[in-house]
Amino acid sequence: MSFAAENICWKIRSKTVLDGVSFTVRPGEMLGLLGPNGSGKTSLLRLMAGLKRPHAGRVTLEGEDLQAIARRRVAQRVAFVEQHATTNASLMVEDVVRLGRFPHRGLFSSWSGEDEACVEHALAHAGMAHKRRDRWQTLSGGERQRAHIARALAQSPRELILDEPTNHLDVQHQMALLALIARLPITSIIALHDLNHAALFCDRLVVLKEGRVVAEGTPEAVLTEALMRSVFQVEARIAPSLYHGRPHIQFLPG
Amino acid sequence: MRQNRRSFGQALLAGAPFLAALAAIPFVIAISVGIGDLPIPVTTTFLAITNRLGWTAATLSRIHETVIWDYRLSRALVAAFCGAGLALSGAIMQSLLRNPLAEPYVLGISAGASTGAVGIVILGIGSGVASLSAGAFVGAFAAFLFVALLSNGTRGGSDRTILAGVAASQLFNAVTSYVVTTAGNAQQARDVMFWLLGSFGGVRWPEFMLVSVVVSLGLVACLAYARVLDAFAFGDEAAAALGVNVGRARLTLFSITALLTATIVSMVGSIGFVGLVMPHAARFVVGPLHVRLLPACAIGGAIFMVLADIAARVLIPQQVLPIGVVTALVGVPVFSVILYRFQRGA
Repeated sequence: MSFAAENICWKIRSKTVLDGVSFTVRPGEMLGLLGPNGSGKTSLLRLMAGLKRPHAGRVTLEGEDLQAIARRRVAQRVAFVEQHATTNASLMVEDVVRLGRFPHRGLFSSWSGEDEACVEHALAHAGMAHKRRDRWQTLSGGERQRAHIARALAQSPRELILDEPTNHLDVQHQMALLALIARLPITSIIALHDLNHAALFCDRLVVLKEGRVVAEGTPEAVLTEALMRSVFQVEARIAPSLYHGRPHIQFLPG
Repeated sequence: MRQNRRSFGQALLAGAPFLAALAAIPFVIAISVGIGDLPIPVTTTFLAITNRLGWTAATLSRIHETVIWDYRLSRALVAAFCGAGLALSGAIMQSLLRNPLAEPYVLGISAGASTGAVGIVILGIGSGVASLSAGAFVGAFAAFLFVALLSNGTRGGSDRTILAGVAASQLFNAVTSYVVTTAGNAQQARDVMFWLLGSFGGVRWPEFMLVSVVVSLGLVACLAYARVLDAFAFGDEAAAALGVNVGRARLTLFSITALLTATIVSMVGSIGFVGLVMPHAARFVVGPLHVRLLPACAIGGAIFMVLADIAARVLIPQQVLPIGVVTALVGVPVFSVILYRFQRGA
């Protein structure tokens, strides 16, 4: 019962983006959020991070309405990795990761040993320690994404929300990133496009279609050939992988 | 251990150039005081100040002391604080709006202040400096509110704020021109013109008291927000995700810049380009983190403005150029160089 969406509705102007979305994230699990483009994944993640106030329903953290909790307190335990967040400031990777300590520091408190340890830990985890002195403008898309992940980890979150974090990464870094998140002893919600990655790494999946939850459960229960057809409009054959035992989806040419 | 050593090393590294630059301010002010129809040596200026503070008892010519105390020193000090305040305002706006073009001049706050002051001059309401400043102050805040409303309060995106600022500039400049052409006589129009381009001609100790207090408090308040400003690097949403109360931070910081700008413009007229150029130059030297950027802007702005005032007085013999002309003439080439290098770096 740590983190849940309760009957959330959200509109952008008069268009309904999310329509009565409810689900619960279990402590420590990695929850995959799936759905076609425009199904409301990004909006849902923003609401879960408390960045927007739902038009109806609520997001609860330990039973408390997220909107009733001070922003700083939310940020002390919930970290959010946006898509495409960039800057024109010529910050070093280290500076970006240090931003993650913002919610934990008082107005005039100096940089502590604990802050430094969190930053070091986050840089090492995200594989960016050797790039710490590099300027933001010189980083590749994948390095920027990893810098953001390191920043989020430096926040020492208990809940981590990631919006398509593997977007700009090559396959090696996609796998490394997902394995890292799966290993972390924290709760995570992660929007993904690659269904095989979702099957391989996530504990449970929630599938959105046109702003509604159409399936929820383990990858084995959720990823069916019927769902591929009805939600993603593709033909596929799904069987447990010989190598890792998780469902493996083979798409068929239309 | 490692942490201690590094923070000490960093502090030393960060502190030395700041102290050097800070120490340069009294010297440029002393040079500024020395220049004029009656040249005064730098040593005389320093002795006049230490005499007044009771540290020394050197005998100086009475005329020198009068010129230093009653005219030139207050002028140079006001120039320094105005430069610091404008550069600081520019840095805050550029960071908050994440737009390299943002500054009080571009966002119409200076134009609003001009309109307010010009309205007072032409309409002849009240008398003297006090009502003029009050008018400029009201005008600056009117422009600020106009921009805030047009850009949808504090929730609007930064592009909207810039566009609203451009609209505000146009509107208030048009109102100023309208008032000047319809209501004024030739002499008033000339006075207004001079004032629109900025001038340190009329400032004395009361102005110094006001501007020094406002700019110092503004700098302290902004420094308290230095980390919050850093958190805005990746946009409003990222700042909110880091725990920043975005609406309150924006309102507070914009109010501080509006207050700074209104105070300065109501005193010395609208002076462009300092707020635009100085933050870029400072970022080049000390990097983008605001704990260092804001003091660097304040120090750089102060030195730049005192030097610009010197240039305004010596470029043409027997005549004083409007300060806004000098800052633009110096600022635009400097800005071009920055833009050019920025392009190559990106």
